[in-house]
Amino acid sequence: MPARFGVVVFPGSNCEQDCHYAARLVGAQVAYVWHQDTDVAKYDAIILPGGFSYGDYLRTGAVAKFSPVMDAILDFVDKGGLVIGICNGFQILLEAGLLPGAMLRNRDLKFICRYTDLVVENNQTNFTNKALSGELIRLPIAHNEGNYYADEETLGEMAANGQVVLRYCDTNGIVTDAANPNGSLQNIAGIVNKQGNVFGLMPHPERAIETVLGSLDGQMIFKSMISAVSK
Amino acid sequence: MAALYEELGLTTEEYTKIKKILGRVPTDVELSMYSVMWSEHCSYKSSRPVLKGFPTKGPRILQGPGENAGIIDIGDGMAIAMKIESHNHPSAIEPYQGAATGVGGILRDIFTMGARPIALLDPLYFGELKNDRVKHIFEGVVEGIAGYGNCTGVPTIAGSVNFEECYEGNPLVNVMAVGLMRQDKITKGIASGEGNVVIVFGNKTGRDGIGGVSVLASQEFTAKSAAKRPSVQVGDPFTEKLCIEASLELIDNKLVVGLQDFGGAGLTCATCETASRADMGMEIDVRLVEQREPNMEAFEIMVSESQERMLAICTPENQERVLAVCRRWGLDAGVIGHVTGDGLLRVKDNGVVVGEMPAHSLADEAILYNRPAKKPAYLAEVQSFDTKALKHPKDTGKTLMKLVTSPNLCSRHWVYEQYDHMVQTNTAVLPGSDAGVLRLKDSKKAIALTVDGNGRYCYLDPYVGAQIAVAEAARNVVASGAVPLAVTDCLNFGNPEKPENFWQFKEAVRGMGVACSAFGTPVTGGNVSFYNEWQKGAIYPTPVVGMLGLIDDVNKRMTAGFKKEGHVIALIGETLPELGGSEYLKVMHKIVAGRCPALDLDKERHMHEVVLEAIKLGLIVSAHDLSEGGLGMALAESCMLSGLGARVNPDSAERSHLEVNEWLFSESQSRMLVSLPEKSMFLFDRIIHNSRVQHTYIGRVGGDDLVIDDILNIPIGEMTSAWRGTLECLIG
Repeated sequence: MPARFGVVVFPGSNCEQDCHYAARLVGAQVAYVWHQDTDVAKYDAIILPGGFSYGDYLRTGAVAKFSPVMDAILDFVDKGGLVIGICNGFQILLEAGLLPGAMLRNRDLKFICRYTDLVVENNQTNFTNKALSGELIRLPIAHNEGNYYADEETLGEMAANGQVVLRYCDTNGIVTDAANPNGSLQNIAGIVNKQGNVFGLMPHPERAIETVLGSLDGQMIFKSMISAVSK
Repeated sequence: MAALYEELGLTTEEYTKIKKILGRVPTDVELSMYSVMWSEHCSYKSSRPVLKGFPTKGPRILQGPGENAGIIDIGDGMAIAMKIESHNHPSAIEPYQGAATGVGGILRDIFTMGARPIALLDPLYFGELKNDRVKHIFEGVVEGIAGYGNCTGVPTIAGSVNFEECYEGNPLVNVMAVGLMRQDKITKGIASGEGNVVIVFGNKTGRDGIGGVSVLASQEFTAKSAAKRPSVQVGDPFTEKLCIEASLELIDNKLVVGLQDFGGAGLTCATCETASRADMGMEIDVRLVEQREPNMEAFEIMVSESQERMLAICTPENQERVLAVCRRWGLDAGVIGHVTGDGLLRVKDNGVVVGEMPAHSLADEAILYNRPAKKPAYLAEVQSFDTKALKHPKDTGKTLMKLVTSPNLCSRHWVYEQYDHMVQTNTAVLPGSDAGVLRLKDSKKAIALTVDGNGRYCYLDPYVGAQIAVAEAARNVVASGAVPLAVTDCLNFGNPEKPENFWQFKEAVRGMGVACSAFGTPVTGGNVSFYNEWQKGAIYPTPVVGMLGLIDDVNKRMTAGFKKEGHVIALIGETLPELGGSEYLKVMHKIVAGRCPALDLDKERHMHEVVLEAIKLGLIVSAHDLSEGGLGMALAESCMLSGLGARVNPDSAERSHLEVNEWLFSESQSRMLVSLPEKSMFLFDRIIHNSRVQHTYIGRVGGDDLVIDDILNIPIGEMTSAWRGTLECLIG
């Protein structure tokens, strides 16, 4: 039986169709989950897509965390279900307390849309098990608030637990300031929770799933998830 | 004190006609409704007689001008909807909101017809980046487009940015939107069926944007214009996104008989146009319209330009389902009236009739003006400038670097990286090449889109300049591997009441019409923006062309950058000593004069055919149109886009009759720079030999530098960082 993915639709989500398309392309069975839904137990994995949930008028992700579906997702996470938050989805996971840290406005105070080079720091997660350790991947970013922040203690803890999964790097895989697009602390682009079943990342894997789009590297993330839930 | 009708922008002649239509003195509500509908912006009263000359029909045209957007058949039961509009004056006064609401308005024109918006393109024209005000407008406009487009999830995939003094006080902010639809989903803005229900959904109605079309868009700009800031609306892209989803759901489920967005002239325009198109009438009560603030007057509700509002017409049986869909998306929605059979638009305020007039008279019966036109005196003088007498700078390498770092030619990544250009995962050619290319999911096909318009050429010769706008747009589409299909146009001009401006307008429209016929690309609609003037006079006449092209196989799409070391570089077309109106002349000599390049439409079309054939046969691997900055700039760009160098050694015959600056920087039309593997040369020569087109092999791809004979030698890395750094540096 194929893995069952649910893609949440908040008012203002705008990458839900892209995520639906990408997950289907790599072999998952995909359905939309409405923000008012209160039960997501029938899915193996949940995708919180990018966009501007509720217009992001207050603070990115701040309103979405009060959606009825988020209670269901908290429950889903407690039971070990896989949740991936992409871009605005990552911001929602931070606001909901499912991941540590917070998101600030980009260093240059501008929206940035472009391809970035990333290094896979941890390939032992449910979301990167199809990658090699230290593998270099190319994924696009598109955000105004991707400047990840956490206090020293949290950063230390995350490092010790291998929670930092993706960092922005240069084309040689070196993590440098120049390769940091948004001012993110330690070039952090994607993190998992301690339990390893919640993943947040600013880059858009669903935008890099076909050669016609310039990169296939995003497939790895969805395929890793399928592999994790098929065990 | 001026009479009320004059304050509202109506002439005495128009007021007299209103009295004649009604057979009485109009009420204040009626007067304000006529004033907005009969404004230049809504009625096209100066331009309509001229626009009749456009070719608008073709086998692929499913919907031409007159609806919310044009619709083009792309086969397989699918269609593209497209339209371009201007938001020039609002952007001058309030750059962020002006540009943002421009995006919102044009998106609504697309999804109103049943198409999902899949792309935005933004041709922008500003003053030179020399003072803080221009910088503020430039930054604000780009942020406004980004703020709105990004939130609605529609990628901004192409555009143009131009800097010229004439736009300093009156920037041009044009926005083109493109949508994809199934042909059986085409929905029109018609209020048919007596007794059908009229519903407003989306945002509430407020006091913003009152008189936007009459006060802002249809008058010249003066120092006092800043006081008109309340006439600029505020955008809410979040609600727009919800309107997109709700509208498409209504159409998918066949719940509406007609759908219309609220644009200029607000509720007045939406009601009278839908009724008029169906030859019906409509009765509405303004108190049933959801209002943002209490005690709004009837006329305010009728002319408010509050954003993100939609008008739906449905059968009484579907009323509850329509309301339910809108409310599920979190939108305000309510019934405000019904369709009648008497052809009258009847406006009630809490049951009391406050206006009653024939819907046709508002929508279609504005007095048309055959404005006088007179050839401007400046033309003879600027055209007599002889570029042969120029003293050219000696260091050609330095000159090329000047052009590479000129504000008009430097990299636009600072702009387009602020736009989400990848959402919807269709972008097959990223911004920076000749045209944006979108693949169509579940199909092998792709579409290419571009916007072009060179105000300088049109200032020197509006007839030829406008033809060049069409030719260059077609060339950009062809360079991407697409067959040009159709055009949408945004005509930006000065005050049409001045005969010189109107002459420019007529000449440009004539030129565009001839060119569109030559390329088989009908005009499917567009927008006319007059009164683009400021303290120093009118802007350059600036017709902007948005072009759609179709690629049968997305894998055959073409980009401008070189591909591989060792490939041969060919220049297609003929280079003439044409420096008039060129970027070289402006940058190196500070002159805008001369004759703009000549254009032979047949020659241009033949060149397109040859290039498309070469792409189809897989012979060439890069194609780049030659335009501003000429051959020198095209070579530089094909290098910088690929990171590959080139060695150029043209045989002496190629440039024997040309001075080196003429050869490198002439902007002669109908040329393309292509590259190909050596093994393709034989076949390539053959297809060119069988055409009227000429070509020359001028060099090879390779190395880390652009080397042209002993003329110049520039490292690509150095050139690229200068090219990429320019805009950011200018903004400071």
